[in-house]
Amino acid sequence: MVQDEIFFDPTGAPLAAHASGALHVQDIMCLRGSHCLFDGFSLTLDPGAALAVYGANGAGKTSLLRLIAGLVPIQAGAVTLPAAPDMAVAVHYVGHLDGLKNALRVWETLHGFAGFYGCAALSEWQTKQILSLLGLSACADRPVGELSAGQRRRLALARLLPVARPLWLLDEPFTALDTQGREVLTRLVGAHLALNGMVIASSHEALPFATQTITLPAPQGSV
Amino acid sequence: MRIFLALMFQQVRLGWRGGQTVLAIAFLFIAVTLLPFGIGPELRLLKELAPGLVWVVMLLTLMATLDRLFQADLEDGALDQLFLLPLALELVVLAKATGHFVVVVLPLLLAVPLAGILLNIEPVALPSLMAALALGAPSLVLLGAIGAALSVTVRRATMLTGLLVMPLYVPVLIFGIAASTPSAGGDGAVNAAGLGVLALFGLAALLLAPVAIAAALRAGLR
Repeated sequence: MVQDEIFFDPTGAPLAAHASGALHVQDIMCLRGSHCLFDGFSLTLDPGAALAVYGANGAGKTSLLRLIAGLVPIQAGAVTLPAAPDMAVAVHYVGHLDGLKNALRVWETLHGFAGFYGCAALSEWQTKQILSLLGLSACADRPVGELSAGQRRRLALARLLPVARPLWLLDEPFTALDTQGREVLTRLVGAHLALNGMVIASSHEALPFATQTITLPAPQGSV
Repeated sequence: MRIFLALMFQQVRLGWRGGQTVLAIAFLFIAVTLLPFGIGPELRLLKELAPGLVWVVMLLTLMATLDRLFQADLEDGALDQLFLLPLALELVVLAKATGHFVVVVLPLLLAVPLAGILLNIEPVALPSLMAALALGAPSLVLLGAIGAALSVTVRRATMLTGLLVMPLYVPVLIFGIAASTPSAGGDGAVNAAGLGVLALFGLAALLLAPVAIAAALRAGLR
């Protein structure tokens, strides 16, 4: 019961599996300036599946994730999740930029995540639980600005925990993480998949949790 | 509502820890101290000009603090996350603007009576000026936030934000200064009609500016 150790419901109720249905990406096109990265790109991701996106620098891995998250306007095609009409509240996106505020302390950042996603305030026990899971217990009171790159990455991943969303979009999630950090992330993803969640992660190295992979073609000439 | 408050509270916390409150008040005082040197030692002249000077200094202080409102979030990636919250982007930006109002503008307003001494503002004229500034400030913050959102993808955009926002400030400034002058009679009674116009501006900005800010931020997505 991996998920019981990682995800918890404050009321003690058993956790509900995600019922979002499969993710469909249909014929999307990605433009970077006047440069066409890919056109007519489609994929389907079933609940409980994790897709690793490989590709050379500039192939459009980040753009693909941002397109799916709705952070880049979709020029052509569609991204749909049947049970979630609003993609914005169905995805967690952890990108290159971590979105953390240097002036805030680690625990304040964590409580901020809970507040922003509209879930109940984290209890002291929950806060401790999340921090120890991520290996950040020792720096709960330190300002984020003092953390190392790997610790920042771990804290950025904490965004995935307070509120459950069916689709995780992780942009090179292993960057800056040490062996133990990678194990933690792999466990988190495993528990997420066990609850019928979906993951799309870009990477330059093999991702142990991937159930399927795709390699984006190398960047071509302009349109 | 809880999300709104959480966003607002974080904005207040960041503004306070980043020293924005103290910096804004210090800027106000330095500007107000310099003005008499520029105008000369004519006390009567200073008193006449004072309301206008206070308004212009307020405008400049706000402009200087507002240009980072969204750019800081763009640089550290927090802006992306604002799009993914279970709250309409219009309300998200309103929460941020409200937080900015609480942590920068309210302290500035409280500092105005003290700064007024340096400009030889008589106590009897103070209530009108304060009421006008308090009613005008929300419009100033919200209009400034439109400029900040429009120029969010441009680095070091303080001047550009100024160019975008200054024309929008003109009506608020005109009615603001009119409302800052006590009504005739010299008993210090506030200029109710002028204040009403400012309040109306504030309401209009409250309804329309978040839509414009959110649209500007969405247009900056890439």
